[in-house]
Amino acid sequence: MTAIVWQRRRAAARATWREFAARRGGLAGLIGLAVITLLALLAPLVTDVSGLDVTRATARPWQPPSAEYWLGTDHNGRSVLLLTWWGTRVSLVVGLAATVLSVLIGTVVGIAAAHFGGWASAVLMRFTDFFLVLPSMVLAIALSTVLPRGLGTIVLAIGVTAWPATARLVRAQTLAVEARPFIERAQALGGGHGHVIGRHVLPAVLPLVFVNTTLTVASAIVLESTLSFLGLGDPTRVSWGSLLHAANVHGAVSQRAWWFLVPPGLGVVCVVLAFTLCGRALETVLNPRLKGER
Amino acid sequence: MIRHLAGKLGGALVSLLFVVALGFVLFRVIPGDPVVAMTRGRPVTGDQLAELRVRLGVDKPLPEQFVDYLTAVLRGDLGTSHVYNRPVAELIGERLWPTVLLVGTSTVLAVALGLWLGIRGAWRRGSRSDRISTGLALAQWAMPTFWLGMLLSLATGNLFPSGGMRYPDTPPDFLSQALDVAHHMVLPCLTLIAVVYAQYLLVMRSSLLEEMHADYLTTARAKGLRDDLVRRRHAVPNALLPTVTLVFLHLGLVVSGAITVETVFSWPGLGLLTYEALTGPDLPLLQGTFVLLSGAVISMNVFADLLYRVLDPRVRAS
Repeated sequence: MTAIVWQRRRAAARATWREFAARRGGLAGLIGLAVITLLALLAPLVTDVSGLDVTRATARPWQPPSAEYWLGTDHNGRSVLLLTWWGTRVSLVVGLAATVLSVLIGTVVGIAAAHFGGWASAVLMRFTDFFLVLPSMVLAIALSTVLPRGLGTIVLAIGVTAWPATARLVRAQTLAVEARPFIERAQALGGGHGHVIGRHVLPAVLPLVFVNTTLTVASAIVLESTLSFLGLGDPTRVSWGSLLHAANVHGAVSQRAWWFLVPPGLGVVCVVLAFTLCGRALETVLNPRLKGER
Repeated sequence: MIRHLAGKLGGALVSLLFVVALGFVLFRVIPGDPVVAMTRGRPVTGDQLAELRVRLGVDKPLPEQFVDYLTAVLRGDLGTSHVYNRPVAELIGERLWPTVLLVGTSTVLAVALGLWLGIRGAWRRGSRSDRISTGLALAQWAMPTFWLGMLLSLATGNLFPSGGMRYPDTPPDFLSQALDVAHHMVLPCLTLIAVVYAQYLLVMRSSLLEEMHADYLTTARAKGLRDDLVRRRHAVPNALLPTVTLVFLHLGLVVSGAITVETVFSWPGLGLLTYEALTGPDLPLLQGTFVLLSGAVISMNVFADLLYRVLDPRVRAS
């Protein structure tokens, strides 16, 4: 690739960034995400893991917030602040991993359905439509019940249920790109499937996929917290959903223990809002049709 | 028209068969030996295991099991729950009505609220009330349903019952029973509405925004119609069309919401039944609720598709 191409790409990236940074919502979301990621990464360096161990908890259970325990203690006498902080890690990792899986499946199915056409495409789209109408949470519950409990299962359950929307989107975009004359030219010059998909279709589809990814992370994190809330999460790890599961099972509502309920849920809301704001801002920047509207 | 109808119904039938087959794969093939999973952590002898296998019919080869399962489901037999030790179909029948009541009431209210706010927002686009209601809708969309339910229950204190559907000591006459159920339904209903209405608001808002610059609105205004008549008679009916289908398409979301809301408030419906089945784990029961909930959502989608053709002459003509 020549230097001019890279120069142009750098200029395009700078222009995109300038436009993105001009949107207050998107910028706020990005800053929020940076802060949350930093906190998640710092957790093992700044705090002591042994505080998560039930057997070593020394404090009185169900303590309201105090100078020593800023967010009070849970039913085992562990610090809620520490639990919520560590919960960030699992929620982020599961959300991101599940999204990568679902976007990967969706992109492959979408491009394949649009590029190859014929009966294979018809079968793929029938399959996608079937999964699209299937209530994703019911399927995710079924999958995580029958598979052994663990982070991998949750990731798989979310990834396998969340892909159809991406597949539809990618298929539509691929069809639009492949209708253009330069694809015909590439094929006339002897470009095979690999060349057309890799060099022409993918670069045109990826920005859209990227936006879709940001928005999918948000719903993946909500789905993760819901599955963990139902008790389907990894029992050995602390996540926001599993904290709320514990709060529900041990009667935090009847104990009026608001300090145990509010922080994990607020964590979910902050992360989901941050991803949604970023995704919407990116969508407006990368999709020229939305500019100037709404 | 009839050909189209037959095609749609045929497709729906295939989807329903898919669901039933998926239920078999999920609950019979993936878990391996269901008998081992059922008896995990309990002392059982080899003879008991073998007897249980024969009783459940899992001693036969898989294809034969599938045929047995398929004929049973088609006859309406969804197997026996081993936690309740009763037929799954009977349990589902008992729990169906509370869910229909809860989901129905909250969907109707959420649709009304969402459409009203959406129309207002689009008509006065960019105004303060539009920005507030859209922002609020986005924030509520980010909230996990069950968390909102727990917060509501925490915030209202003893004002509303914290769970269940009725008190055991309510007089048996219709009026007091109905009032008691309504009293229990306030919080679960509010939670479901809060989570679901945002979808309808955003859809209605953007669909009305697309109609805003249409020529027929200019014509209507040029005829001298008042602003709210232009909105009510001309813009809203056209913008409603895509929204109607989306109401039904989003029913999957409502079903997901119902599972967690019923878990939080111990509302004795299908959602709570699903939760009880997954904590067991009671695989035949979970299989039953899986097939039923998925089947219901798929049927609703087909219904939405057909309804759209009835409502929109443009689709009928093409």
